[in-house]
Amino acid sequence: MALILIFLSSGLFLGWSLGANDAANIFGTAVGTKMLRFGTAAIVGSIFVIIGAVVSGAGASHTLGKLGAVNAIAGSFTVAFSAAFTVFWMTKMKLPVSTSQAVVGAIIGWNLFSGKPTDATALTKIVTTWVVCPVLSAIFSFILFFIIKKILKHTRISIIRMDSYTRAALLITGAFGAYSLGANNIANVMGVFIPVSPFPDIHIAGFFSLSSVQILFLLGALAIAVGIFTYSKRVMMTVGNSIFKLSPIAAFIVVLSSSLVLFLFASTALQTWLLSHHLPTWPLVPVSSSQAVVGAILGIGLAKSGRNIDFSVIGKIGMGWVATPLVSGALSFVFLSIMQNLFMQPVFI
Amino acid sequence: MGLLFNQASQIEGDVASLLDNISNAIMIFDAAIKNYLNNENDIFIKRMEDVNILETAVDELRRGIRHQLYSKMLLPESRGDMLSLLETIDNVIDTTEEVLVQFDIQRPKIPKELNKDFIELVDASCKAADFTVLAARCYINNSDLINDHINKTFFYEHEADKVENRIKRKLFGSDDFVTDLAGKAHLSKFVELIAKLSDDGQDVCERLSVATIKRSI
Repeated sequence: MALILIFLSSGLFLGWSLGANDAANIFGTAVGTKMLRFGTAAIVGSIFVIIGAVVSGAGASHTLGKLGAVNAIAGSFTVAFSAAFTVFWMTKMKLPVSTSQAVVGAIIGWNLFSGKPTDATALTKIVTTWVVCPVLSAIFSFILFFIIKKILKHTRISIIRMDSYTRAALLITGAFGAYSLGANNIANVMGVFIPVSPFPDIHIAGFFSLSSVQILFLLGALAIAVGIFTYSKRVMMTVGNSIFKLSPIAAFIVVLSSSLVLFLFASTALQTWLLSHHLPTWPLVPVSSSQAVVGAILGIGLAKSGRNIDFSVIGKIGMGWVATPLVSGALSFVFLSIMQNLFMQPVFI
Repeated sequence: MGLLFNQASQIEGDVASLLDNISNAIMIFDAAIKNYLNNENDIFIKRMEDVNILETAVDELRRGIRHQLYSKMLLPESRGDMLSLLETIDNVIDTTEEVLVQFDIQRPKIPKELNKDFIELVDASCKAADFTVLAARCYINNSDLINDHINKTFFYEHEADKVENRIKRKLFGSDDFVTDLAGKAHLSKFVELIAKLSDDGQDVCERLSVATIKRSI
């Protein structure tokens, strides 16, 4: 069991890192501008990340599994470790990076190392989604901006009452954002461990059961929650006060838009509903919440006449799409080689 | 969440009461100066006392609102603008009280020939102050009419300035109304005091103009 936990540690570290950084995308402005207390944001964020991961985490993980089913736990550890190291190193070098893209690169690295073919269809779906994610988020925030502006113009809510409504909206949207983050991004944290999950299914008192994968997701989500509680406060303060200086209502639009995108790319229930009504569907893929947020901010910028937009961020996102998987894939290949030849651990079967 | 909405209701009520009190004080001020010009001293004194009571109430409300905003961490984005509005609009009622007290203490002798000019000055100043209160209400209630009220405040402030200068020219341009320089200077001081009410209104509206722009999404 101790060995299993050691092998899971890289995924748990990814989870911690996700909680520390990506929770700030959801609650950063609200906490940074003191619209919400950090404690409230952390508790609500953690609860809904866990619910999202355990209840709806399977969809995006399934697509990741199609790309490459890492079938030895030492291999899973190395793939997750490579992704985590890529995120850590590229963040330190101040390069644009996303966990989603790092994990995909690391899986392809494993495919190359183990000689397994990479499913081109799955890869195309995933890469297309990366591009669609910020664009869709920008479209959502662009539309929401005008809708909310119109509503505010017609409702004439007093400045004091508006403050209460905005706080409530930020809390509710934050909960939805955390749910979507858990549902979409748990695949990044624990996706590579699914084929080798060491946990048995659990049934409690006959009415509550958790599958092996859900237990894995629960552990990952707890790691995210620990990340939120231990490290996200300083990131939230940075996001809220310096990088993205947004008004609380603009922050609400940004969080709602990016959360909707994450939800769309994670919800199996929505996909089932669309299928049952013969409507077009899209792949469930882990996407970058940071890129969704940047897309949403650009959407608001465009809605406000497009002035003062720093279009270099688009270039940075594009660079992240290429550089992150390349770096992560190369590192994964090297680390897998070290794990197999130096530590004598089987990294594939 | 319910607590949050209760707090909002309470502050909304307090701000509305504060603006009501200022509005009432402006009306009483207008009437009190006219009572003074008509030598209705008892009514003047009563009105001065009423304004004093309203000014004390406004101070208490302002302190309460400020305490609520800080202690409950409300309006983090626009708290500064809100408090600045409350502080500057408090100057309006302070001026009404101060002018009436000075009238009571110094008892300036206003020549009957200048009564009409003084009434015109008081009217223009009070209108500027009235539109200031309306602009403040629009800011709080997020109404588009704010710019309309701000423009009217600026208009009446300018009118008050014109009347102020006209009275001063009459005072210092000849000895028909007041003969001694001390008397002229004394009356001139009261003209400035009355006109200060419109200046206070203008100051509030200038801040409101900026605060309104800042409040967009």
